[in-house]
Amino acid sequence: MTTGRTLLYLLPEVLLLATATAVFALDLVRPRQMAGRPHFLPLAATAGLALALLTTIGLIGGGVSARVATMMSVDGLALFFKVIALLATGLVIWSAVDYLPTRTPYVGEFYALLVVATLAICVAVSANDLILVYLGMEFLSITSYVLTGFLRRDMRSTEAALKYFLYGAAASAVMLYGMSLLYGATGTTDLIAIAGAFASGMAGNLGMLGLPAIVLLTVGFGFKASLAPFHQWAPDAYEGAPTPITAFLSTASKATGFALLVRVFAIGLPMFRAQEWAPLLGAIAIVTMTLGNLVAIQQTNLKRLLAYSSIAQAGYIAIGLASMASTGLFGGLEGTLLYLFAYLFTNLGAFLVVIAVENATGAVDLPAYAGLARRSPLLAGMLVLFLLSLAGIPPTGGFLGKFLVFGAAIRSQLLALAIIAIVNSAIAAFYYLNIVRYMFFMPAPAAQASEIAAPTALRVPLWICAAMTLAIGLVAQPFIEWATRSAVLLAAAL
Amino acid sequence: MAGLLLSLITFIPLIGAVLVLLPWGRWQGWDSSREEAFIRRLALLVSLVPLLLAVVLWFAYDKATGGFQFVTQAPWIPAMGISYHLGVDGLSVPLIFLTALLTTLGIYYSAFTIKTRVREFFLLFLLLEMGMMGVFVALDLVLFYVFWEVGLVPMYFLIGIWGQEKDRPHYSAIKFFLYTLAGSVAMLLAILGVYFDTGTFDIVRAAELRPFAGNLTLASLAFAGFFVAFAIKVPIWPFHTWLPDAHTAAPTAGSVILAGVLLKLGAYGLIRIALPLFPEAAKQWAPLIVALGVISIIYGAFVCMAQTDLKRLIAYSSVSHMGYVTLGVGAAAFAIGLSRPGIVDSAAMALNGAALQMFNHGIITGGLFFLVGVIYERAHTRDLDRFGGLSARLPYYYGIMMVTGFASLGLPGLAGFWGELFVFRGAFDIVRVWAAIGVIGIVVTAAYILWRIIQSVFLGQYDPHKVDHWTNLADGSVSHEPADMLTFEKVTLWPLVIFMILFGIYPTPILDFFNRASMALMGSL
Repeated sequence: MTTGRTLLYLLPEVLLLATATAVFALDLVRPRQMAGRPHFLPLAATAGLALALLTTIGLIGGGVSARVATMMSVDGLALFFKVIALLATGLVIWSAVDYLPTRTPYVGEFYALLVVATLAICVAVSANDLILVYLGMEFLSITSYVLTGFLRRDMRSTEAALKYFLYGAAASAVMLYGMSLLYGATGTTDLIAIAGAFASGMAGNLGMLGLPAIVLLTVGFGFKASLAPFHQWAPDAYEGAPTPITAFLSTASKATGFALLVRVFAIGLPMFRAQEWAPLLGAIAIVTMTLGNLVAIQQTNLKRLLAYSSIAQAGYIAIGLASMASTGLFGGLEGTLLYLFAYLFTNLGAFLVVIAVENATGAVDLPAYAGLARRSPLLAGMLVLFLLSLAGIPPTGGFLGKFLVFGAAIRSQLLALAIIAIVNSAIAAFYYLNIVRYMFFMPAPAAQASEIAAPTALRVPLWICAAMTLAIGLVAQPFIEWATRSAVLLAAAL
Repeated sequence: MAGLLLSLITFIPLIGAVLVLLPWGRWQGWDSSREEAFIRRLALLVSLVPLLLAVVLWFAYDKATGGFQFVTQAPWIPAMGISYHLGVDGLSVPLIFLTALLTTLGIYYSAFTIKTRVREFFLLFLLLEMGMMGVFVALDLVLFYVFWEVGLVPMYFLIGIWGQEKDRPHYSAIKFFLYTLAGSVAMLLAILGVYFDTGTFDIVRAAELRPFAGNLTLASLAFAGFFVAFAIKVPIWPFHTWLPDAHTAAPTAGSVILAGVLLKLGAYGLIRIALPLFPEAAKQWAPLIVALGVISIIYGAFVCMAQTDLKRLIAYSSVSHMGYVTLGVGAAAFAIGLSRPGIVDSAAMALNGAALQMFNHGIITGGLFFLVGVIYERAHTRDLDRFGGLSARLPYYYGIMMVTGFASLGLPGLAGFWGELFVFRGAFDIVRVWAAIGVIGIVVTAAYILWRIIQSVFLGQYDPHKVDHWTNLADGSVSHEPADMLTFEKVTLWPLVIFMILFGIYPTPILDFFNRASMALMGSL
């Protein structure tokens, strides 16, 4: 492959690197000019992200599916997750515009680090080699730790970062050990070569290392995706992190865990699917959604509640991965991708409302939402939409995602999994609607009955999230087609 | 144009909801009371359109031809074969009319009685109408499911926001939501099962293909998924416990819609989906359905006897009255596969009775809930022990209540009679013993209507000390004497009373609709 072509395929990453550097530089070189223009740096970052998004879409349109720079594959799956990361970051940046200035002076670094984290995701989801998988994960983790602890004077932010870091370090060490087992068994770190070695029996007696390696790798990916029992960092980190970062962790970062899980297992270890990793993921899905939902019921801090909700959502998503035996229409992977795309806008939207309320009241606990329907009909109405989507009520994107994922489970003969999932989605409605109850059924405390206004920087992303949440459910067809195309390309990227 | 009619009926309420949402006050420079008056009129005006179209539909539907008419079919999500498929047959046309009528009356009545959060109320009410209409016109399982759930959300808000504090509206609202949702998700799995077996989400097509034919276990499982969803909505004992809470807590118009239309969605689903798609499984479970129907009839009636709250009493009476519907459907299911002479006629008659009972119960219980609203707005209590001797003070109210109450207990000459007659006439031929037991319900119904309602509220001696104060709705003043019904209350109730009498004396127009559909359905099974 020519250098020119390689660069073209890596253009999104190149653009992101340039954007991050530019934001750092602008912030450093012209601090005084920045002061009066809070929207300048976000605009610059968004412009870079938009360019990267356009090139990514161009690559999707061109049907690119190629091996790049030995260790990377630019294929439908990678491009799908790049789109998710770029959209998520763009929305998160704007959610932070009114959040940051009252809490930290280091606004420029924040945006730049977010763009860097996005770059990390773009690299990780393309990785076709265990080494790059690990590097991409670590790259993302380290930027995430910094962003989680970004509010240095806020004790809880620091605590969250430390917990996240300690847990993450342990998880990545375990994952690395799993990778070393695979390398030991097959003598290669390339995913396709690993699959070849296992398939041809070259691994010999060492083939039995496949199962332990799968378990250990699941720890690392499950940590990022906040699958139980590797989720324990999530509630604390989500609660303590700056809320825009919580939104980022629960969408883009979580999606990355799933992207790597899919790529490493489906390309590197396909022969272990039926007996080893599909049942394992099925069991994890059951534990994750049940635990997430049951604990979420008791939460009164909205960030914590949404943390457990996002753990439960990870459980639903894992159902799709456990059902990957089915492909095509109602295929497991297709369902997972669509679910993740709908979940991106839904969950980000919910966090945007949380941020707006937090900006106005400084509070993130449930009683602060009492009477929100009166104080801001827009925010309350939007949050209802997002919560209904999270609960899987039509005609929202969240419903379509659940519909496809549950369908995949039934099609793969996993009826028990599907039944547990629907029981869970009924349980989940209880705590989602409890928020609605506060907003609509309860009067605002007399002391804080003033109106809450959403600034334009929040309102635009909010409308985007709401429109997409509805569009995925109502228009459906193009999104399903895209998810289907993204899912079949995968193994063809030789 | 003909194909557009059903879409218009379904989505004009949505357009109305959007119109209600617009900030008219800011645009026109109105103060909030002026704006609220405008919203009330706007909502009423919008709701008249589907009503008018429902009347057009009633007369334009060709009963001689039968079958599905006004069909619209367009691809919605072609990747999965989900289509925007609408159509109506003899079963749905009267129910669409019922929905439009009760919505319009509910909006009209609420325009006078709802004082808080006016914009939200009418917005939600119109969204609710869209959901209900959608269920009655959808011929695609996914579309059906979407509308089914869309109707759920506004009712949750109606109960929770406008419920009376002492009726625990928050608890009732979430209970209503979770019960229905639990049933719905079971239905969702069953819908997926149907799709994987037949390759279609189309209700008409799936009924031809008979999902899981020959595999009774899977068919029963899928049937159970649908049955639970519908049984919760009807509600069939023992799935009924959400109903008394929700009906009691909801604002008057909300209770009217709940009892008048939402319960019918469940019964409609049984007849439209559960029976035609899974006749073998339905046949297998028919004894259980019949038994549950009869238990609902008798249990509901006896529980009514024990109530002290008028609204709760009427709520439980719905459990009992919808039991007749279940009995009719169960008897029809029982007849599947039997080849005795006349059995198909009996089954169709039972089904006709069930459908008639659905329509008439909507009219009658809708009326009863309005009547509860009338007295509650005045006395601020619904405690039966605190009334008595009101016949002399509120003669007009007494008269309307007498007609509605007698219709409810099935007095011949009023609408309620025919549904029960047909159900029992059909069921006696098919499940004699159960039908005989069910008749007890009619006796108990007469007892609670006459004794608990008519006697304890209207007869006896009027005691001015029992009720703290009576509100005069005309000017909001308070006095020790109740004032009789106002014009707006009369206007709300008269259409219902007229239909009770009209269809009581001459049920043929509506029976024609149902009979054609029932015969077609039983013939196809």
